Amino acid sequence: MLTSIEKQLVQELQTEIPLVSRPFLALAQKLNLSEEEVLTKIKDLAVRGVIRRFGATVNHQQVGYVVNAMVVWQVPEEQIKEAGKILASFPEVTHCYARPAQPKWPYNLYTMIHGKTHQECQEIINRLIRASEIKNCCALFTVAELKKSKMKYLSL
Amino acid sequence: MELPELDNLDKKLLNLTQENFPLVPEPFAELAKQLNVTEEEVIRRLKSLKEQGTIKHLGAVFDSGKLGYYGILCTVKVPPNMLDQVTAVINSYPEVTHNYLRNHPYNIWFTLQAKTPEKLIALLEKIKQKTGLKEIISLPATHTFKIKVNFNLAEEEG
Repeated sequence: MLTSIEKQLVQELQTEIPLVSRPFLALAQKLNLSEEEVLTKIKDLAVRGVIRRFGATVNHQQVGYVVNAMVVWQVPEEQIKEAGKILASFPEVTHCYARPAQPKWPYNLYTMIHGKTHQECQEIINRLIRASEIKNCCALFTVAELKKSKMKYLSL
Repeated sequence: MELPELDNLDKKLLNLTQENFPLVPEPFAELAKQLNVTEEEVIRRLKSLKEQGTIKHLGAVFDSGKLGYYGILCTVKVPPNMLDQVTAVINSYPEVTHNYLRNHPYNIWFTLQAKTPEKLIALLEKIKQKTGLKEIISLPATHTFKIKVNFNLAEEEG
C-alpha cells in the first residue's frame, strides 16, 4: 500500500526529471519535503519494486536494435518455471512471461528478443531453442509499432 | 531509419544513466565526476540525446501491478483491408499502452491496463463492438520471469 505522500510522489514522478543541476528540488518544494526526503522515498519505492527502475529509457531502434520479435513457446506446464529461467537468462531477451494457453492459441511462455538484423534475431532464436530444448515455438517479427505510450497512473 | 551518431562519451552516459542513475541531490554532477567531464557537458549531452529521441524518458519507471493495475496482452486476427480502421479504434483508448503489427495470422498485438479486471473486460467488449471483430484472445501474465529493457552500448576501442 502507498501512503498519501507516496501517491503524490508517484503522480509527480510520471513526468520526467528536469535537466537542471538539482532536478529534485522543485519536486521537494511542491511536496513540502527536503530533497533528501524525496530521494529516500524514491529509493524506498524502488526497494519495494513499485519503481521498477530509475534512469534513462532508451529508444532501442535508435541505438541499432532495429529488429525485434516476440517468440512464443509451448511448454508442458510442469517445465514452465525451468524453461522460463533458461530463456530469461539470455541478455538478448528483454521480457519473459508465462501466460495461460488458450483454446486457439497453445503457447504459454513468451519472450521478446531484440537484434540489429533479422539474421541476428534468427541466430538468437536458434540459441534459445538449443538451450531450452523446446521444440514447439513460433517467432512473430514486429512489422510496425502502432502505439507506444505511458499509462497515466493514479490520476486524480 | 537514419541512426544518430553516438560517440564514446554518449555511449558511456547512456549506459550509466540506464543502469546506475545516481539518486543524489546533484545527479548530473555525480555523473560528470564518474565520466571526468563537467556537469554542464553532461546536461548538454543529455539534452541533445533527448532532443534526437535516443532517450525516450528520464525518470521513474513503475511496476503497474504494484500500483494496483491489471494488465493483459491481447491479440486479434485483422484482415488487411480493416487494419487502419481497427488500429484507429484500438489506439484511441489511453488504457492501450502498446500496439504492434506482427507477421502472423494473429497480426495485431496490444496491451491494456486498467484498475480492475471488470474494466478490462468492458474495454475489450467496446473494442469488439466498435471494430466488429468477434474474437479477441486475452493473455494475462501469470508469472514474470524478466523485464529488462536496458541496452548496453559497446564502446569503441582506442
